[in-house]
Amino acid sequence: MLSSLIGYYALILGLTISFPIFFFSIRNFKNREILDNKIINFTFIQLFLVIVSFIGLIFSFIYSDFSNETVFNNSHTTKPLFYKITGTWGNHEGSLLLWLLVLTLFIFIFLIKSKNLLKEYRILTLLFQQIIIIGFFVFLIKSSNPFNYISPAPKEGLGLNPILQDPALAIHPPILYLGYVGSSIIFSSVLSATSLNYISKTWATHIKKWVLVSWIFLTLGILLGSIWAYYELGWGGFWFWDPVENVSLMPWLALTTLLHCVLILEKRSLLSSWVIILSITTFTLSMCGTFLVRSGILNSVHTFANDPERGLFILIFLFILILISLVIFFTFHKTNRDSLVSFSLLSKETSILINNWFMMYFLSVVLIGTVYPIFLDVISSEQISVGPPFYHKLIIPFLIPFLIFMAIGPQLKWMKSGLHSKFYLLILFALSILISFLILKIFNAILLINTILVGSAFYLFFVTIRDFIFKRNKNFSQNLSHFGFSLLILSILFNNIFSTEIITNLKVGEKFDNDKVQITFTNLKKFEEKNYVSFKGYFLIKERKLEDNLEPELRVYNQPNIITSEADIKTSMLSDKFITMNTVQNEEYFNIRYQVKPFMVWIWISVLLISLGGALSLLRGKSV
Amino acid sequence: MYGRKVKLRFLFVVLILLSLVFSVFLLLKSLDENVVYFKSPSDVKLLEELDNKKIRIGGMVKKDSIKISNQDVNFVITDFKNEINVTYSGVIPNLFSEQKGVVAEGFLKDRSFFEASKILAKHDENYMPPEVKKALEDK
Repeated sequence: MLSSLIGYYALILGLTISFPIFFFSIRNFKNREILDNKIINFTFIQLFLVIVSFIGLIFSFIYSDFSNETVFNNSHTTKPLFYKITGTWGNHEGSLLLWLLVLTLFIFIFLIKSKNLLKEYRILTLLFQQIIIIGFFVFLIKSSNPFNYISPAPKEGLGLNPILQDPALAIHPPILYLGYVGSSIIFSSVLSATSLNYISKTWATHIKKWVLVSWIFLTLGILLGSIWAYYELGWGGFWFWDPVENVSLMPWLALTTLLHCVLILEKRSLLSSWVIILSITTFTLSMCGTFLVRSGILNSVHTFANDPERGLFILIFLFILILISLVIFFTFHKTNRDSLVSFSLLSKETSILINNWFMMYFLSVVLIGTVYPIFLDVISSEQISVGPPFYHKLIIPFLIPFLIFMAIGPQLKWMKSGLHSKFYLLILFALSILISFLILKIFNAILLINTILVGSAFYLFFVTIRDFIFKRNKNFSQNLSHFGFSLLILSILFNNIFSTEIITNLKVGEKFDNDKVQITFTNLKKFEEKNYVSFKGYFLIKERKLEDNLEPELRVYNQPNIITSEADIKTSMLSDKFITMNTVQNEEYFNIRYQVKPFMVWIWISVLLISLGGALSLLRGKSV
Repeated sequence: MYGRKVKLRFLFVVLILLSLVFSVFLLLKSLDENVVYFKSPSDVKLLEELDNKKIRIGGMVKKDSIKISNQDVNFVITDFKNEINVTYSGVIPNLFSEQKGVVAEGFLKDRSFFEASKILAKHDENYMPPEVKKALEDK
């Protein structure tokens, strides 16, 4: 009760702080040499108020204050404390408050960390960021207030969707948001740098850190979501080309491209228009993601409520921001014409540029696959869905040149590079194709496209390993990320080629038997837990004389009354054994799905390596 | 006639245009092949000709229609006007049950028989796929 009130007033007060920030910023912009301390103080006060508001909401959740509508809709007294707390951002209102929190936090860090940069640039960045912040304040207070009051207070809440009650998903939103919202700083900073004609090598070095920060968090956020989908949704895969996943992949692709462009800008003062456009794109895609997911246009676990007003607001807000940025880009940006010519055909920057084009192509494929169904629904009310084959067909063939350029590019020099002493590149390539051919031959999965694809992934793998050995300290972090990427592609390919699956319906005591695998459903037991009843199935699996006991679960939650399946997974370095069990209404049969997924754990490890490379580069403060 | 630089730049632009045209062509072709249309049982009855494209069918699972064996599940999808028999072997979602909304993806054998390769049901008991809701409202 009290905590909700405090939270609400802190939020309103936080919005009003924007006025003094605007006032002092504009006064400070022309008058004095250094940044007025008042601005930093007010930014801090705003951050502090948003933190208070957020903590207020957390307390309302902890004490199950059901006079608060958000708590009523998403919590329940029997829920474990940990999920009461994480439930704070497991819903629409709370997660937007978290967005706002990160927005204000980042601009504060930005102001502190940019002391030796141009004063006008810092102020202008703050102002652009304030526009976004005000937008979110208004959005929160007007159409998704987390502190709405219900009177009289209900005795019990509606509960949190059980599949969201999970440790990976508890930290997935904050991490992902750090990535999404980090792009807002890049956006504000690019607009400000463009209007002041401040885009330079110094600026590139400075903004690179922010790009890295958002990139690392976005990568980790996507990883967490993917791991969660793997074991909780019981699909047994890591990526489904679900629109909701695509929406997070698109900013990632744009951000990765941006990261490489910023490098070229830093080293060669080239591609400034690319950097500007990509920064705007990344932020727009992050906002679009929020819009598509929150407005209920894409249906998924993320869709908390279908409220057209919310979607409309974000859409209008987004249009205004894009309009502003385009106007700024076209009025202020001047390309340096002479620098365009100095692209040599064989150089690091050319190879980066080529892969940027590929990445833009991947981005447009994902964009079209995600948006086309929505578009068609609006203009012809025909309902369609675009499945994985679409993406596979359009993306996989182009991965081959992409991987090869990724292997060769870092071996070239900036400006102009020759092919002297690059003979090893050819030898490694032949070696990779040969290895890939042999592996696929042994396991009887030989196909031309597979061979070349696995071969080019091996190529990148070997070239990066060679760099680890011979060039030890040079570009270590970049090499680590590229190595991680090759490992990721290899694991995904082997995972796809060698996965096996058995789906069957069994009663207790029955046995499934084909020549290779025996699955025996030995027992079913019931357990009472705090907020759910668990039915545990006991399965004995015999495969090539190896025996395994797997125990998947069915949970019947009390509030809301939902059944979820908990997969049981035996993980080893080489492969995962994955089993899920589902009920079929009032029947004795259980629907059993047993999968063997090779190299599953390496998919997660490789993504960790990719982001670790980014983190190392950030810590060293040297080139990526 | 023209300088080397101009020629180079011209070549560059042509190359970009060509690759753009190529990728747009690929995109459209692939979309055409891989798009899955959504139909209600009544839509299926009105189909003029059956082709072997993958489609989705949505509606309610008819009461007392689920029959299950070791290999597969059979049930009837209805929009309370028309019905279609579905046979399916694969993962059955937990929220799949009689008198609840369902979306089945697969191939039509004829106008009243559907072989599903995937069943979709969402994770929320209050949730009904918008397509199903619409199909039921239209009746």
